[in-house]
This record gives sequence, C-alpha cells and structure tokens, in this order.
Amino acid sequence: MTEPHFEREVDRSHMQVSDEVAIQIENMNKWYGQFHVLRDIDLTVQRGERIVIAGPSGSGKSTLIRCINRLEEHQQGKIIVDGIELTNDLKNIDKIRREVGMVFQHFNLFPHLTILENLTLAPIWVRKTPKKEAIETAMHFLEKVKIPEQADKYPGQLSGGQQQRVAIARSLCMMPRIMLFDEPTSALDPEMIKEVLDTMIELAEEGMTMLCVTHEMGFAQAVANRVIFMADGQIVEQNNPHDFFNNPQSDRTKQFLSQILGH
Amino acid sequence: MSDTHAQTVAYVRETMLPQQAAPTGQSGVIKWLRENLFSGWVNTLLTLAGLYVAYSFVMHFYPWFAHGVWDANSLKECRAIITDRYGAGATGACWAMIHERWHQFLFGFYPSELYWRPVLTFALLFVAVGPLMFQWVPKKVVWFTLVFPFLAVWLLWGGSVWAPLLVLAGFVLGWIVFSFVGKFGPIAGFSAGAIVTILYFLLAVGPLIDLFHSIIPLGIEHVDSAKFGGFLLAITLGVGGIAMSLPAGIILALGRQSDMPLVKGLSIIFIEFIRGVPLITLLFVASLLLNYFLPPGTNFDIILRVMILVTMFAAAYIAEVIRGGLAALPRGQYEAADALGLDYWKAQRLVILPQALKISIPGIVSTFIGMFKDTTLVVFVGLFDPLKGIPDFIRADFNWKGIYWEPFVFVGAIFFILNFAMSRYSMHLENRLQRDNH
Repeated sequence: MTEPHFEREVDRSHMQVSDEVAIQIENMNKWYGQFHVLRDIDLTVQRGERIVIAGPSGSGKSTLIRCINRLEEHQQGKIIVDGIELTNDLKNIDKIRREVGMVFQHFNLFPHLTILENLTLAPIWVRKTPKKEAIETAMHFLEKVKIPEQADKYPGQLSGGQQQRVAIARSLCMMPRIMLFDEPTSALDPEMIKEVLDTMIELAEEGMTMLCVTHEMGFAQAVANRVIFMADGQIVEQNNPHDFFNNPQSDRTKQFLSQILGH
Repeated sequence: MSDTHAQTVAYVRETMLPQQAAPTGQSGVIKWLRENLFSGWVNTLLTLAGLYVAYSFVMHFYPWFAHGVWDANSLKECRAIITDRYGAGATGACWAMIHERWHQFLFGFYPSELYWRPVLTFALLFVAVGPLMFQWVPKKVVWFTLVFPFLAVWLLWGGSVWAPLLVLAGFVLGWIVFSFVGKFGPIAGFSAGAIVTILYFLLAVGPLIDLFHSIIPLGIEHVDSAKFGGFLLAITLGVGGIAMSLPAGIILALGRQSDMPLVKGLSIIFIEFIRGVPLITLLFVASLLLNYFLPPGTNFDIILRVMILVTMFAAAYIAEVIRGGLAALPRGQYEAADALGLDYWKAQRLVILPQALKISIPGIVSTFIGMFKDTTLVVFVGLFDPLKGIPDFIRADFNWKGIYWEPFVFVGAIFFILNFAMSRYSMHLENRLQRDNH
C-alpha cells in the first residue's frame, strides 16, 4: 500500500449516498476518428457518491469525465446529468455546465485576472449574481481553501498547490451539485499534493458528489465509496475501495494494482 | 594540511562569508565597454570603423542643418544668403519654405480662418482616447469617446448640426432594435439591428436632415473634402482607420476560427483577397470603381471611401496578427471558460480576447504604424498627402521650385514623432499588462 498523504481521520458523518440519480450514462460510445476511445460505458452515479476512476494512461478515464460536461462529444448512447440529457442543444449544455464544476490537471486559471476576479467571473456573468454578493461568496471559498490573503494576486504569483486550490474554489463559487476532478494532483510537486487532497477531502465530507480521475490511491481508500478501474476505453471493474484494493477480481486490475502499489 | 580534503572529510562551515565588491574592471562602465566594444581585435576594429562612419555622417549633415535659413522668400534667396554667410559651395537647409508653408503641411487647403476646427478636433481626440489608453482617466469619459466620431466629422467637414445628430440617432436606433430583438438570440438581434440601421441610412437620414435643417437651420460652414490635405488628411485617415480596423480585425480573426463553414469561408476569402492585393489597387478601386457600382447620383465622399478601403486593408492584417495571439493560448483556457458555463461571446470577451490581444499588441501596433504611413499613398488618387501631394504643390510655385530635402525631413520628422509615440505607448501597455511576476 502507498502511504496515504494525510493522517487525520476522515469524517464520514455527512457522506451519504442518496437514491437520487445524479448522472446516468447508458451505453455510451465515443470515437476519435477511427479510434474507439470509450466503449459501451454504463454508469449510474447517485447523489453524494465519491467515485475514483483509475486506470493506465490512455484508458479513456479523462475522456469519460470530460464527456459529462461536454468538453468532449459522445457519438452514441445517452448521458443524463441532473435529469437533463446532453444533446447538441446549447441551452442544455449551458445548464449542465452551470451545475457541474470541473478541476483540471493544469489548473487553467485565467492569468490576466486576479484570484478574486477568477472566482467572481462566472457567478457575475453566468449566474448574474450581484458583484458584492459574488465577492462575499468568493472570499468565503477562498477562506475555505485557506488562501484568502492571496485574493488580489495574479495566478502566476502563486504556487502550483495554491493555484489548484484556487481552481477548486473557482468551481465551488458556481455552487455546483457535481464536481469533476481530472487528475488534479498530477502536475504538482509532492509537497503540494497534500494541501490539494485535504481540500478535496473536506469537500467530500460535506457530501459533494465527486468523480475523480486520480492516481492517489490513498485518497481513494480514505474517501471514495466506489472505485472504477478502466482499461482500453471500458469499465473493467468497480467495487468499494476495500474490496477493490484487497480483493481485485480481473487480471488487468491485479496487474495495474501491483504496478502502482507494489514498490 | 589544507582544506582541500573536504570531499573526504566531514566539513562544517563555521563563519559565513560576507558579500564582497566585484574586482575593478569587472563591473560598471569599464566592464561594459570591454565586453561590448573591445572584446577582441575584430570587435575593436569594428568599433573604430563604426565610430568613423558615425563621425563622417555627422560632419556631412551637420553643416546642412546648422546653415539652415529660416527667413527668406524663395529658394534662390535662401541659397544667396547661405553663399553670403558661409562662402561659395556651402550647403544649407532652406527652412524658410517650412516657415512660409507649414500651414499647408498641416492643414492642406483648409480655410485658414477655420483652422481652429481641426485643432479643436485634434485636442478633443486626446480626451476621447484617454479612457481607452490610460487607467487614471475617469471611466465616464467613455461616453464622450462614443460621441466623439460624430462630433469630429461635424467639426472637420462642418455643415448642418442635424447631420451628426441624426446619424448618431441611426446608431442609437440600431442599438435599441438590437437590445430588443436580442432577447430572442444574439444573431437575430444583430441582424435586425443592422438591417434597421442600414435602411435608416439609405432611406431616411438624408430627407430627415433636410427636413430638420429647414425647420431649425443650425450649422457651421461646410468644408469640402477636396480642401483636406497634409497631416490633417493623414491623421483623419489614420485615426479613422485605426479605430475601425481593430474591431473589424477582431471579428475577422474570430470568423476565421469559427465552426460555421460559411462564416469561416467568407473570413478567409476576405483576408486572403485583401492581403493579396496592393493597397494602391484598393485605393484606385475606392476612387474609380466604387462610383460605377453605386447608384447614379450618390455622391460618396472620397475621404470616406478611402478610409473604408484603408480600414479593410488594415483589418485583414490585424485579423492575422490576432489569430496568432489566439493560437498562442493554451486549450485549457477555452476549456475552463466552457466548464464554467460561459457562452461563446462571454468566453471570448472575458477570457480569450483579453489574453490574445495582449499577446498581439506588438503586431497590432506595427500594423497601425504601417497603416498610418501608408495613408501617404492617397496621393495616387488625387488627394494631397503630406509627403508628396503637398510638397509637389509647393514646388509648383516658382519660388520654391527644386526644394527636395527640406519637406522630406520635415514631414519625416513629424511622422517619426507620431509613430514613435505609438510605439512607446505599446511598450507601456505591454508592461502594464504584465502579470507573470511580482
């Protein structure tokens, strides 16, 4: 087992999975030209779930979560987010994007805006929140990710870990009901991974529905209620973290786990 | 035993070394001279050769400037004065021509009792661009910026006060239609606004001006476009072209990146066609061909025609410069804007363009400077540009026949000052928008 990056007890009291369906993916297929990236994906995410998606690179895990907010288009099957089906209808896409927050591997903060402006941009222009209220919300989330003092700086002046925490706060300012994390710690120096994971754990403790593509297996064990293993564009195995790590069924999963866990 | 065994013996430094000054000859002027001018015998030789060239250049031209005559009535008189003062064979500039004719370089044939109008317009230009160029100017001044084009046209060309007001009313009307129909979608709003505005200009504005003017005749003396010349003409064309080509260039650049094949195709055809044709060809089109295509009887002002063509020309180049800026942005910026739910126009306006334009500043300003200098090409369609039109006219006067260098130096100096100012401003802007460190 890899060493977990955190020692504190994870508070599970608010982590409750409800019966309500947050995301429903049925028989979804996607191609890049002739390359079949995602094959027959079926996945139902209940509200309050914390799902970690793992798998070797090129297995389609990032593509899968990027389909959920239409950064990538799927060619076959259905994706229903919050009861809204993703089609070519721009209005539906915009509605879904307002409900679904996303955190990227490379943060993608807007370098020409201050941290505060990064956080208030979408609430003001998309949600039409009054400026004063948007600033209050932004400061609230900056305090939550523990960097309120950086509000007036520009992203280029912050460390990678701080930038990623700002990126999380930026998504939260839109009050999303679902958060997608696309390898949020892969571009960070080791000493900064912990601060980002801590923020993500806090979010999970508050009951946020989360889908995380990550290689942080310690995080998966501590927080996830379900781990999905993908290979070659397919969901190969999914289980609760305890059984997933201790009793993997498929050979691909065993092979993958032995590679990333067995030093 | 010395300390050189440090790699084999455990070692702890006991006192930290204080900072010391670099040895003389390794810093300051001496170091700079040695490194940059005398770093080897080849460079020493080149430095000396360079100094000699600079010296002979100055020795050749300095007398010409120093012997300049400011007070004379003709070139002949100038030469006589120079020979008189500095002996036979001495050269000297005849600035007397500038002294006598400077107003034609600046205003062309604009009536001299109305010079205050272009001067006032020029002064107001600085007020109008203030809020766009400097942060310390109050943001409310932008309202003046929006009105300025109409005010400027009225001040320069004169005529009925109703003309600028009713033209402005046309744009306001278009805006009202746009914001009203725009509720049903931006494209519908834009098309409806554009159609109403164009119909208004084609059908209503002329009769309305006549009507209002017959009721309340208010106005200032009309000045014909043919009277414009010199820097008045160059700056009018330059400022008008700059102000219109930047938005046009942005639209073209976005059009070229569009997913819609029609928009993309038209943008590419426009850009490639305009860039593929010499500006002079377009100017001839403006002066000759456009008249064939316009309905008979319409008198489409020559300066306006040239300004439109110059704008189209600059816009095509600016579009390509901005496309470079757009291409330099990482995909993640687009994705983050999308993921936050910003629609296409908001993403462009708030996230993409501010960054792409910042990257493109040097290229955009180069295009502006090039366009401003290219306004002198209007001499080919019979307008009096400051570089050739006006000097040719002055040389047609027997008194100043044969004066060549002085007008070039004078006009060149003014162009240099204006363009250098633009260049410095662009550097200032780049520094102000610098966001990477501290």
